[in-house]
Amino acid sequence: MPLIDTLFPLGIAHYLVGGIFIGLGVSFLFISTGLIGGMSSLFTTTLSYVSSWSYFNQESFISSRNWRLVYATGLIIGAALWCFFIGESFQTSVNWWQLSLGGFIAGFGARLSNGCTSGHGICGLASMQLPSLLAVIIFLSSAMVSAAIVKMLGGV
Amino acid sequence: MKISSLACVLIAGILFGFGLSYASMISPEVVLSFLRFEDFGLLWVLGAASFVTFLTYQLVPRVMSKPLLESVFGVHPSEMSRNTLVGAAIFGIGWGICGVCPGPAIAGLGAGNWPLAITLASVFAGAFVQGRISDVPPVGEDQ
Repeated sequence: MPLIDTLFPLGIAHYLVGGIFIGLGVSFLFISTGLIGGMSSLFTTTLSYVSSWSYFNQESFISSRNWRLVYATGLIIGAALWCFFIGESFQTSVNWWQLSLGGFIAGFGARLSNGCTSGHGICGLASMQLPSLLAVIIFLSSAMVSAAIVKMLGGV
Repeated sequence: MKISSLACVLIAGILFGFGLSYASMISPEVVLSFLRFEDFGLLWVLGAASFVTFLTYQLVPRVMSKPLLESVFGVHPSEMSRNTLVGAAIFGIGWGICGVCPGPAIAGLGAGNWPLAITLASVFAGAFVQGRISDVPPVGEDQ
């Protein structure tokens, strides 16, 4: 299947299995606790522990900050389990300026938009929310443009 | 929140982090290769995760009146607003520069991908600036 090989040079199976596990995690969270498992809110709610600025100390952030931190801890453990049993540890070769500049802009934008790849992408699409669908189309498009520009500028 | 609920949150996070790693999303190189049309695998990750979650969100509330351990099923809060759309465009620009979204920035540390700590700190900085320049929404309209 030459077309499949061209579109997915590394194969499909691991992408599919990984995606199913992600879906099972978000599903288990919902079935057991009713919580919606996007990830980017964590960054604002966690800031409420260390900043007295009023925005960070809204009731909705204070009330969700503990479970979000536990959820994030689970993410690290899950990756460590994968590393231990299946894959192996590796370090990215992406430049520090890409990692820092990109992270800052992504963090600002995700919080302004109230969602990221998991919040709008997985939870929003699964809830059939039109604003989330538009957000996904917009951030995939802008990411494709910026990834191309970064490559032209000599980035990884 | 009850300790049993937090235990379930932890298990959910572990599944999520394991899945992100298995799907190689904690490798920025893989994400960037998707954004540059070299490998479309990320679509399978997003598609599979969204589909499984879609089934859960749509079907479970029809057969269960409440979650196993808590009292209400939550609803994803997304509103049609300028912030949602402009924020998404800005998020995408950053994501395309580093190839790391918020989940993998956290999970990557578990796989020893230490450089992602730079991204993690930067995402916090971005969220901090966003919070500092935003108004607190009036009570009753929080998201």
